Amino acid sequence: MEPHFIKGGKYEKWNPLFETLATFAFTPKLVTNKGTHIRDGVDLKRTMFTVVIALIPCLIFGIYNTGHWEMAVVEGNRDLPYFSEMLSKFLMGLAIVLPVVVVSYGVGLTIEFIFGMLRGHSLHEGFLVSGMLIPLTMPADVPLWMVGLATAFAVIIGKEIFGGTGMNVVNIALTARAFLFFAYPTSMSGDKVWMSGLGEKMNTNAADLDGFSGATALGDLASFMSDKATVAGEAVQSNLAVQSFSNEYGAWEAFMGMIPGSIGETSTMACLIGALLLVFTGVGSLRIILSFFIGGFVMGLLLNLVGGNPYLDLPAYYHLIIGGFAFGAVFMATDPVTASQTATGKIIYGFFGGFLAIMIRVLNPAYPEGVFLAILFMNVMAPIIDHYVVQANINRRLKRLKTI
Amino acid sequence: MSNTISIRKGLNIRLVGEATKEIKEVPVSGIFGVSPLDFHGLTPKMAVKEGDTVLVGDVLFFDKKKETIKFVSPVSGSVKQIVRGEKRKIISVLVESDGKQEAKGFSIKPMKDQTAEDVKNLLLESGFWSSMKQRPLDIIADPSNNAKGLFVSSFDSAPLAPDYEFILKDEMEVLQIGFDALSVMMEGKVHLSSKPNSNFSKIQGVIHHSFDGLHPAGNVGTQMHHIDPVNKGEFVWSINIQEVAEIGKFLTSGSINSSRKMALTGSEVTTTTYLNVTRGSQIKPLVKNAVDATNVRYISGNVLTGDKKELTDYIGHYHNQITVIPEGNEYKFFLTSGWLGHGFDKFSNSRLFPTFLLPKSKKFRLDTNTNGEERAFVVSGELERVFPFDILPVQLTKAAITNDIDGMENLGIYEVAPEDFALCEYVCTTKINIQEKIRQGLDLIASECM
Repeated sequence: MEPHFIKGGKYEKWNPLFETLATFAFTPKLVTNKGTHIRDGVDLKRTMFTVVIALIPCLIFGIYNTGHWEMAVVEGNRDLPYFSEMLSKFLMGLAIVLPVVVVSYGVGLTIEFIFGMLRGHSLHEGFLVSGMLIPLTMPADVPLWMVGLATAFAVIIGKEIFGGTGMNVVNIALTARAFLFFAYPTSMSGDKVWMSGLGEKMNTNAADLDGFSGATALGDLASFMSDKATVAGEAVQSNLAVQSFSNEYGAWEAFMGMIPGSIGETSTMACLIGALLLVFTGVGSLRIILSFFIGGFVMGLLLNLVGGNPYLDLPAYYHLIIGGFAFGAVFMATDPVTASQTATGKIIYGFFGGFLAIMIRVLNPAYPEGVFLAILFMNVMAPIIDHYVVQANINRRLKRLKTI
Repeated sequence: MSNTISIRKGLNIRLVGEATKEIKEVPVSGIFGVSPLDFHGLTPKMAVKEGDTVLVGDVLFFDKKKETIKFVSPVSGSVKQIVRGEKRKIISVLVESDGKQEAKGFSIKPMKDQTAEDVKNLLLESGFWSSMKQRPLDIIADPSNNAKGLFVSSFDSAPLAPDYEFILKDEMEVLQIGFDALSVMMEGKVHLSSKPNSNFSKIQGVIHHSFDGLHPAGNVGTQMHHIDPVNKGEFVWSINIQEVAEIGKFLTSGSINSSRKMALTGSEVTTTTYLNVTRGSQIKPLVKNAVDATNVRYISGNVLTGDKKELTDYIGHYHNQITVIPEGNEYKFFLTSGWLGHGFDKFSNSRLFPTFLLPKSKKFRLDTNTNGEERAFVVSGELERVFPFDILPVQLTKAAITNDIDGMENLGIYEVAPEDFALCEYVCTTKINIQEKIRQGLDLIASECM
């Protein structure tokens, strides 16, 4: 079959597609011709596939959690027991999440193939991961066309115009998320988007849903900064706000992820399982993940020190387990292409990523999800951090010359 | 003796096929080749014509730019052919042996009367100088420079590398004479790096250093970096320890002995051994009756830095081993032995493969498959784990790829040779030919800055 696709063959134009499928099924018979005669077994396909595996706990949990809140909406009961009717919740979740995943991969891979054919190279593996990350950062109620649009924007503007996998400046999945956040803010924030079907149901059937709120932990927290503090839609006294908040979102529930939020981000536990795999295999940088958490915690403590309103008084550890903080730390900040590449740089990059994430989240309630903005910002700053680390190495070598 | 320097950033690639410690003689017969291509950047000028009769040690060609650097015939006989490639570039000079190994005589003063200039001239005349390498640039040393040091490594830590303690066990005396001569010649210091408790620590008149740990602990580049790194404007030289012993022999006998001991190694060799061969030997007689398989790669040198050879090619000038490994030119189904396979048959520095679970005694039969396609740099922190230099390997490689001369200078291009990056190239997930990129960077530096 191969002769039809190589240069001069009948389907020469389709070679990238053929090559992609062939190299997916078979490691190609390429042999070393220069330099080392043997090569390590590892390649980018296996590396990227490992990240996808690491995302599976988040995906499975996300499907269940989405199903749970969908059912809560259907029954109009926010206090629905979490571990009941598990199969039907899972299936309900699957019906929501699977189309999002399919759209993300479908749109992204199509665009990558088109670019691959224009440039005459086979599909590069980067999108295997991005295609899974994008759905997991989406709110449950996101319209599918938005997922497709955001994916297209992220792949074309975020990656392909820079030259493809390995050349992008900012994280692809976060580019998609940021695009939707700024282009369609009403579909990406507020109370109604986090539980599937809630917006629609509220419009048609408001009476049934009296007193039902789709608020997320972050949404509630943002209200603490205003005059009217609310927890799960109900007004609370500001002196009781923190306590009422931790009743609604217990630390354990928040850690396990049994709260409303984006599809894959709610469970810190699932993220940490993924982190274990990434750090153990060396695919994800422990330096970045740890310093990201430390950075966030330090900012949380600083805010506690300032104090004065319920949000600032929220215990620092809470910041690490609500919203997309853990998901961002483990899967977004560690993207090796857009993170710092030097060992020292990774620590600085991670620390400020976490630090800024909490700063934006708390001090600018218009952007309750500060994590993705902070990581995007640090993506842009990473080359500068690296520049100074490299400069330090250069200076050390110059100093060596002077001391001799 | 100074303290032992232990190299922790590195990798010992455990391959099947280490040479058993016996020495087999290979008779001198047939055709021998000396290739100018073994010496990077050399423009040769011929000193003989086809049909000329030569003795061992007669000059075959010399360096057109530095005419004192000469390249001599390893055998006595007649010049059979000067093989030329495109634009009449000289590929190799073939000499047909007459089997007698008659050697040209050199008149040599007693050692105590030799001056630095005398020794240098003797090495240049006898062709030994071609084994002297310099950094920066990793080319034949320029005899008109003053090097701040001469570095010799007494062990090779590359996969399946020969054991010089074994090769030189009966040659300590000539080795000492060789080092004495080099000490006379050198204005700078002579450094000898060995493993801890090595026999070579008996050598006198040199500064001893002790290294152990992972490959590249035995690479002279690693040792230079930890002993006395090269800065811009400085030169250091290095020479293989077997050559030092041969220099010693040459100075005592007055004639060149062109035999060298090499290790015949690799998973495809049925009877691995050490060979006593003549320089410039064809590969074919050396591996006769020792390799059964046909789809194999013959490598002059080790698997990390050696040259790919055909059976009819000749062993390279700087090489002390021949490695034979299977070719990997076949498709591998992704679930069985491909990218998503269990991977127990692969040797990987990454925990994505189960290599780390296997006992240290497990050895691997690796083929030449790249195990993936080339991509842009994606993974970070991976090269640094096998690169024991205070140099940023990714950044330096990127500077070399982008022809960024300032960047390369600042990041340490003067200190390195392509072989220092061999392990980086091995572990690279994105399969970039890093050694080639570094060589291109060095070529640019050579043409623009030297």
